[in-house]
Amino acid sequence: MKPATTVRLGLITAIVLALEILTRIGVIARFVAPPPSEMMVGLWRLLLSGRVHLAITQTLSKIAIACSLAIVVGILMGVAIQRFRGLADAMSPFFTAYYAVPVYAFYPMMIAIFGIGEAPQIVIGFMLAVVAVVVNTINALDRIPRVLRKTAAVYGMRPLEAARRIYLPHAGPYLATGVKLAVSYSFIGVIGAEFIMSRIGIGHEIVFAYNNFENEIMYPLILFVLLVAGAVNGLFYAWEKRLLSRRSRS
Amino acid sequence: MTSARNSLLVIVGLLLLWQLAYWAIGDLALRPPLETVVKAGALIASEGFLSHLAETLRAFALALAIAVVVGVALGFSLGMNRLAGEVGEPLLVSFYSLPKITLYPIVLLIFGIGMPSKVAFGAIHGIMPIAIFTLGALRNLPPVLGRTSRALRLTRWQSAWALLFPAARPEIFTGLRLGFSLTLIGTLLGEMFASQRGIGFLLMQAIGLHDTDLIMVLTLLIVSFAITASMALLAIDKQLRHGSS
Amino acid sequence: MNAMTIAAPVHVGLRGVTRVFETNARTKVEALGPVDLDLRKGEFFAVVGPSGCGKSTLFDIVAGLSPATKGQAIFEGSRLDGRAVPEGVGVVFQEDASFAWLNVADNVAFGIRRAGLGEAEIKRRVDDTLTLMGLRDFAAAYPAQLSGGMRQRVCIARTLVQRPRLILLDEPFGALDQQTRLIMGEELLKLWRETGATVLLITHALDEAAMLADRVGVMSARPGRIIDVVETPWGRDRDSRVVSDPRFGEITARLWMRLRGESMAALSHKAG
Repeated sequence: MKPATTVRLGLITAIVLALEILTRIGVIARFVAPPPSEMMVGLWRLLLSGRVHLAITQTLSKIAIACSLAIVVGILMGVAIQRFRGLADAMSPFFTAYYAVPVYAFYPMMIAIFGIGEAPQIVIGFMLAVVAVVVNTINALDRIPRVLRKTAAVYGMRPLEAARRIYLPHAGPYLATGVKLAVSYSFIGVIGAEFIMSRIGIGHEIVFAYNNFENEIMYPLILFVLLVAGAVNGLFYAWEKRLLSRRSRS
Repeated sequence: MTSARNSLLVIVGLLLLWQLAYWAIGDLALRPPLETVVKAGALIASEGFLSHLAETLRAFALALAIAVVVGVALGFSLGMNRLAGEVGEPLLVSFYSLPKITLYPIVLLIFGIGMPSKVAFGAIHGIMPIAIFTLGALRNLPPVLGRTSRALRLTRWQSAWALLFPAARPEIFTGLRLGFSLTLIGTLLGEMFASQRGIGFLLMQAIGLHDTDLIMVLTLLIVSFAITASMALLAIDKQLRHGSS
Repeated sequence: MNAMTIAAPVHVGLRGVTRVFETNARTKVEALGPVDLDLRKGEFFAVVGPSGCGKSTLFDIVAGLSPATKGQAIFEGSRLDGRAVPEGVGVVFQEDASFAWLNVADNVAFGIRRAGLGEAEIKRRVDDTLTLMGLRDFAAAYPAQLSGGMRQRVCIARTLVQRPRLILLDEPFGALDQQTRLIMGEELLKLWRETGATVLLITHALDEAAMLADRVGVMSARPGRIIDVVETPWGRDRDSRVVSDPRFGEITARLWMRLRGESMAALSHKAG
């Protein structure tokens, strides 16, 4: 194991231990946070009880749909926008500003358009994720050096073949950054939407538990979201790192 | 100025899309641009609105100040030590990508309903991108800068202040642009869930009442503010880069 | 002086070739020419010239990457129209054009695999080329693991494996250090001898041109024309040791005396 990894694991363990001790001796009040060990046990029991299985599968499948839609649509939009240099430049400040827009405000509108089901939450997750994919696709395509475009010309490739054989493989690792962000943003979007208005899903369960002072359900669920999101994001983070490390030219 | 013209064209395009969407979807969920602008004027002039706005701006300013100071400091402390950077970066990135909205019950329990909660919520959204960009900026600096600072016999503090910060400034600023947007959304989310005052609170109320007029007006105001700020920051960003490269 | 190359037939012929770029409706930039030049089959021809004189424009026209505005460019009897690189022409650029997502063997195989050769034939040809280029031990390595010189070798191998009869190189060693350049130059001479191809080398390094080429064309400042062609006395089996020959100094000096005024013109042109 790399020393940095060891130190990181040690650090996390230390934080968890400190939290455990502080909650046990009462420095951190019980209603603010129960000891981590109790949260783990609570999560274990909750998962065994089957009470939240439906919520979990619902939420995760909404995230999966939102994320895959965002990746496909985002890459297509990015390719289209990048073809027009001026348009891509002009849209850049709007992309940054986009993250300040409370997308959740469109929720009532989504319900009016898509009905009361799960679709509005998927759309919210999609709306948050798609822009990250667009931005990173443009960025990835911008990075294709002129000499590779010339090389495609040397081989007499048509645009589609050049895209398939040269541009996409070259841009792959940078596209992966967009994919990674799409995963996080669809988590954020879907769960956030469930917080505001939903009758099913993990976000809804957390709000419900919070309103009913059911801390023994709320904390394990928050822990569950953080663990799953953290694990999935970590996986994509490692994947992106590996793709990029093959490229780094020192 | 072609870039100003292009931005104007994009804005016109967005308004056009909005109008088209209105024609397609209808009154049920949307209001047309012109009507919304007129109503926005009325809302701003209405009694009590300015105090909500002032509340939000105060919370946002405070959150942004905290996010910038803590984010840059965190980025520097991790960026100036190789091992610390390797240990810290994955932690920063994973925290950045968590659905922080799930933490709001905890934030509420710690800070209670009101100003501290929304400032905290805004700041935790803004700190991570700023710290990550600062860390990346320091890592991308040419190694010769480190050797130069030793040749000039600078202390760590002097080197950070006089060499590293100016050299990394353009990239740190890019992080600030993103941090600005995310702090704003964080503050608004904080107001939506943990406040009785402010623009976010008004928005949450409107969502609950399905008050489409108010939702449209508030969203328009927020989006206009974010876009204006983002353009101004981008202009400064470009100037910094011209000066440095 | 080499009797064979003088007697050899013309491989590439340029007649009154010019290139004009239109930056917008009103401004036209004359980038090249008119250029008249014959490359004989099997010869090693180098072109030197001041920066911005249109060397790369000339290169693109001969490669079939862009069209001549006026005049004719002929390769093996057919016209280069700038729409496609003809079969039999291999191109190497200055920038690193290796494919970062493929290992060395797959990089080299790229063109012939695309052309649909059988896997056995591909393997045989790739092995031969890797051996020729001294890349045998790196077949499974990725470009990011190699030095700049090795990556340029990969690009040359990827071109050679298609057995070009005309090899075009645009400042291929421009990004390399002086010692690597000399070694790569020797290797290029070896390839030229073993393949029997015609070579056109664009370079800004006078000593490189003097050491490698049979003939060196000197270009004027923009719009570039060929103002002199200098012949070298080296035999086909030459290597980098020709630098110790007194005539090497004379040739390099002669190239510089022809270029000095042009380079100054190019510099002041930039300043003005």
